[in-house]
Amino acid sequence: MKATCWHGTNDVRVEDVPDPHILNPRDAIVRVTSTAICGSDLHLYDGYIPTMMKGDILGHEFMGEVVAVGSAVKNLKVGDRVVNPFPIACGNCFFCQEEQFSLCENSNPNAWMAEKMWGHSPCGIFGYSHMLGGYAGGQAQFARIPYADVGPIKIPDGLSDEQVLFLSDVLPTGYMAAEACDIKPGHVVAVWGAGPVGLFAMLSAWLLGAGKVVAIDRVPERLQMAKEKCGAEILDYEQVDVLDALAEMTGGRGPDACIEAVGMEAHAPGLLGAYDKVKQALRLETGRPPALRQAIRACRNGGTVSIPGVFGGLIDKVPMGAIVNKALTLKSGQTHVQRYMAPLLERIANGEIDPSFIITHELPLEAAPQAYEMFRDKKDDCVKVVLKPWGDGAVGKVVH
Amino acid sequence: MEFEHPRLARALGWFSLGLGLTQLAVPRQLSRAIGVGENPLLMRGLGLREIGTGVGLLARPRPVNWLWARVAGDVMDLALLGAAMRQQDTDRQKTLWASLAVAGVTALDAFAAMRLGRSLKEGVEAARRERGIPVEHSLAVNRSPAECYRFWRRFDNLPRFMKHVESIECEGNRSHWVVRAPGGTVEWDAEIVEDRPDDRIRWRSVEGSDVETYGWVRFEPGPQGRGCTVHVCLRYDPPGGALGAFFARLFGENPERQIREDMRHFKQVIETGEIPTTQGQPTGSRGLIGRTLAHGRHLS
Repeated sequence: MKATCWHGTNDVRVEDVPDPHILNPRDAIVRVTSTAICGSDLHLYDGYIPTMMKGDILGHEFMGEVVAVGSAVKNLKVGDRVVNPFPIACGNCFFCQEEQFSLCENSNPNAWMAEKMWGHSPCGIFGYSHMLGGYAGGQAQFARIPYADVGPIKIPDGLSDEQVLFLSDVLPTGYMAAEACDIKPGHVVAVWGAGPVGLFAMLSAWLLGAGKVVAIDRVPERLQMAKEKCGAEILDYEQVDVLDALAEMTGGRGPDACIEAVGMEAHAPGLLGAYDKVKQALRLETGRPPALRQAIRACRNGGTVSIPGVFGGLIDKVPMGAIVNKALTLKSGQTHVQRYMAPLLERIANGEIDPSFIITHELPLEAAPQAYEMFRDKKDDCVKVVLKPWGDGAVGKVVH
Repeated sequence: MEFEHPRLARALGWFSLGLGLTQLAVPRQLSRAIGVGENPLLMRGLGLREIGTGVGLLARPRPVNWLWARVAGDVMDLALLGAAMRQQDTDRQKTLWASLAVAGVTALDAFAAMRLGRSLKEGVEAARRERGIPVEHSLAVNRSPAECYRFWRRFDNLPRFMKHVESIECEGNRSHWVVRAPGGTVEWDAEIVEDRPDDRIRWRSVEGSDVETYGWVRFEPGPQGRGCTVHVCLRYDPPGGALGAFFARLFGENPERQIREDMRHFKQVIETGEIPTTQGQPTGSRGLIGRTLAHGRHLS
């Protein structure tokens, strides 16, 4: 089959590799019909996630048709159309039974590596480094899904791939980030980063009762999307002083909740931005956190800072004083996707949400190398790329 | 003069760092000082090597290999200086002094490496003392004490999660263990000496066995009746004696780590019915590291 493989920083190749097969009784194999490049894949592309190896198959946002099931998988059958969640979860351990699926204790075969780095291991994740399991990802024509009796959700007829694909990651991730903010009616929610996760966090903030949503970014087409599709007021951080503007919007108090949907490769204008770029390049910190710092400073006293943005290791100059003295609550975590898929699918099915608006490109799998570069550099107004492993439906640039 | 060897190694580490940084920062001036022709690229390369060795020396508690790396580096430097002596633009007197200085440092490096190397023998001694010392581990498992007991009581289940155990045949209170060891297998008979249903099992090798070993497992009910904490104690008696134990440790096969991984697999089997794996999944073309590790234990 064809698969998108990591070969180093800025080096992604589509290779011919063997087809996957069932390795454990609870596995399933799907023929992938749609798969997306996630913003977090760009951290791999840029070489900031350790324990990647040449030849690793990328991709954790994918859906498809079941073509084989292991002997212990009773709830799926060949021919079922499913969306697969990015965290691999066993369903049996303490955390899975608490519905904290991304903290599954059993699904990471290389848990010892993550324990060395973080003290404890989260779940395994498709196509996201050996520290997180070394599982082959779904930017391929076929994918193997472990614990397939727990993860994949069946999709009813009548919904397109484009409508449901993002149940695999970015839609639940945006939703969980907003849910973590404990939004009360009328709350002001500010979201750093108007990429797919940020945009879905904005939509979710409205669903959860926000009174005002503010988007902070610098990419014009993303800010426009935030404004037009997500009803957000927009701030271009290269044009205005974000802290002043947010204070102005909230009578000086600051947003009730701040969502950091940027992660470890944030940009910042001026000296501070340069400072983090140099430190990250020298590996004196593994992430650049200017957006996180700003979210913490902007947040109102007693407010919540929710961090769906991906960080892998260590960051510098976190304003701990602000967190303590303003009595902030920090929330983060890999998304417990399995918990949100069914309720969000219902909202999609009854027309409340149509996540397909973020798609700007639908390309054949072979175009993955160019797609990674385009998405990373935000060229051609790129917000979200869907790859079509079998070529059908690869319409190129999407006009909404 | 009596050197305390780790302190000497550390001093050499700082020396490496200082020299390396100098080579990086002012390669031309340094070339002039030792009387050789300017080659900033080579000098900076050597500087990076020095910094690498320096970090290695400072980061490791017993950096024997890094000291030998320094010796190798010294030999390389001497060779380069020797080659430079034959160049036209070399100030031979300065270069000779530089060579003498490097030779002096080489002697110091080799001395430090040998001093510290001698304590490797102490490591073997430590491994010998450690032989037969039981290792213990506890792990929270989301199954009841009764379920865990029933699974464990059938000793033929143990090879499913104990990596080195090839097979166990049981008959009543007796069991026959076959365990993989470097260069073959070792076998012994064990008997259960304490058996409290849903609570604990204790076993030991029968008298006259080739291998003397024992173990116990205890299932403590978890908080609010949820699952249990499994406490295990095993005496791993490493085959190959003290030297075997030492080499096993060198390759990361220490008993503490082994019991941790075995217990993780126990938890996976009893909670999910299988041990998650990536062995046998497709990959793209691997690089050198990947091809090497593919034969190893940890990555696939």
